[in-house]
Amino acid sequence: MNSNRALSPDMQNRRAAMATCAKASKAALQAAVEAASFTVQEHRIVRPPEIGLVMVRGQIGGTGAPFNLCEATLTRCVVALSDGTTGFGQCLGRDKEKALLCALLDAHWQQESHQQEIEEKIMAPLRTQQQQHDAQKQAETKATKVDFFTMVRGE
Amino acid sequence: MYVAVKGGEKAIANAHKLLAKDRRGDTALPALTLEQIAEQLYLSISRVMAEGSLYDSSLAALAIKQSRGDLIEAIFLLRAYRTTLPRFGYSKPLDTAKMKLRRRISAIYKDLPGGQMLGPTFDYTQRLLDFTLAANEEPSQPDIQTAQIEDDEDKPESTPRVTEMLANDGLMEPDATIDEHHKVGDLTREPLEFPANRDLRLQNLARGDEGFLLALGYSTQRGYGRTHPFAGEIRLGEVEVELYVEELGFDVPLGEITLTECQMINQFAGSSKAPPQFTRGYGLVPGQAERKAMAMALVDRSLRWQELGEDASAPAQDEEFVLSHSDNVQATGFVEHLKLPHYVDFQAELDLIRQLRENWFDQNTPAEDAAQEAAS
Repeated sequence: MNSNRALSPDMQNRRAAMATCAKASKAALQAAVEAASFTVQEHRIVRPPEIGLVMVRGQIGGTGAPFNLCEATLTRCVVALSDGTTGFGQCLGRDKEKALLCALLDAHWQQESHQQEIEEKIMAPLRTQQQQHDAQKQAETKATKVDFFTMVRGE
Repeated sequence: MYVAVKGGEKAIANAHKLLAKDRRGDTALPALTLEQIAEQLYLSISRVMAEGSLYDSSLAALAIKQSRGDLIEAIFLLRAYRTTLPRFGYSKPLDTAKMKLRRRISAIYKDLPGGQMLGPTFDYTQRLLDFTLAANEEPSQPDIQTAQIEDDEDKPESTPRVTEMLANDGLMEPDATIDEHHKVGDLTREPLEFPANRDLRLQNLARGDEGFLLALGYSTQRGYGRTHPFAGEIRLGEVEVELYVEELGFDVPLGEITLTECQMINQFAGSSKAPPQFTRGYGLVPGQAERKAMAMALVDRSLRWQELGEDASAPAQDEEFVLSHSDNVQATGFVEHLKLPHYVDFQAELDLIRQLRENWFDQNTPAEDAAQEAAS
């Protein structure tokens, strides 16, 4: 389960881009691609978008042995660009268009000619949106932080 | 036992049409959208996802709409739907320590690192009906307060689990580890068998009926298998799900899910198997489902009596009783099958009762006559 520790920095960045795509809504993803006027190259669909299940595992007590918690719907897709670069898309939910878009972005991201463009024009704005969203939630939650005082019991 | 019957197709078709009409209700009113259900009835969505054991809020919304709000029927629909999908794999075990917290409370430490955040809770409401909602008006958009986020104190690492704090003092039992070669039990693959390991029990409880678990948890508090529980920590928030993809050779992030986690801490005076320490029950439920997570943790702890060398005397400690009756789809199937034709069965019963009555009257009538004579 430590498969990520050994990843090269490049793979870690690719993984981070995948995380950003998976977390974004389809609308946000499409808007970001459009705003970047990013054009998709010719490609071939290796594995068409397919809806299935992932069994989500928890850990006993939070850090103990794993157990099966529940399943979640998952859509995955694999594409290949004309130079043979394969891109993987996988995201929770049942949105085939989103999975395809994730796979296409992953494929293009691996090409040196596109990586910087995707990082700067698509990933960066999506990350900003997601961070703002999370920060807003966190700030709202923190406003409910409570200080309880223990009362001395009366005689 | 019931037997197959033929016929009734027309009546059944008409009944289904009538159901569809009743489901829609007054057509002068707008139909509910799935987005409305998912956004505004999220706690129903949570329950359907948890007990349907399928995390997908729009499917849960569809199921609730189709079932007219009958949540057990909706859970049934999700369970049926999941059987049509292929399984891509098992996720990497979730790390709830990295949860993006939207609520975090503890009933045992008032000043714990990271603090307590009440979040969106019904606690401390006065349970008074709000008639502004009845007038289909919204109370003026609440003025949501925010607080300044400090990078150092508000990151997940700054909010350690309460159980870890106690573990550092040796007062808390460590988290259960299971032999590495142990295959994690999966109820969706193999039928339930006894004795069940804790992993299998937790899966069963996570998808178990909230009402059933609530009643069992309550029974432990009232003395049927006392466990002296404290709500050590309750968390609500989002956690990332990852799946190992063979072709890529790493755990791929799939997006986030909402979870509710409860660490119930229980006083334990020690036994021949374990020293005096705090023990715990664990609750983890998809979606926002605090009551369920707490009840799950109480029942989880009760079911651990054997491992800890306690005596078993109460229903909540009876693994076979609890795990065999927690699934509301199974339960409703067996209870509701009583509506199906049992005509042949019942004919046999009729004959039997007639025979028994005949025998009874044959044996008892003279005695009654004698009694009447004696009384007169």
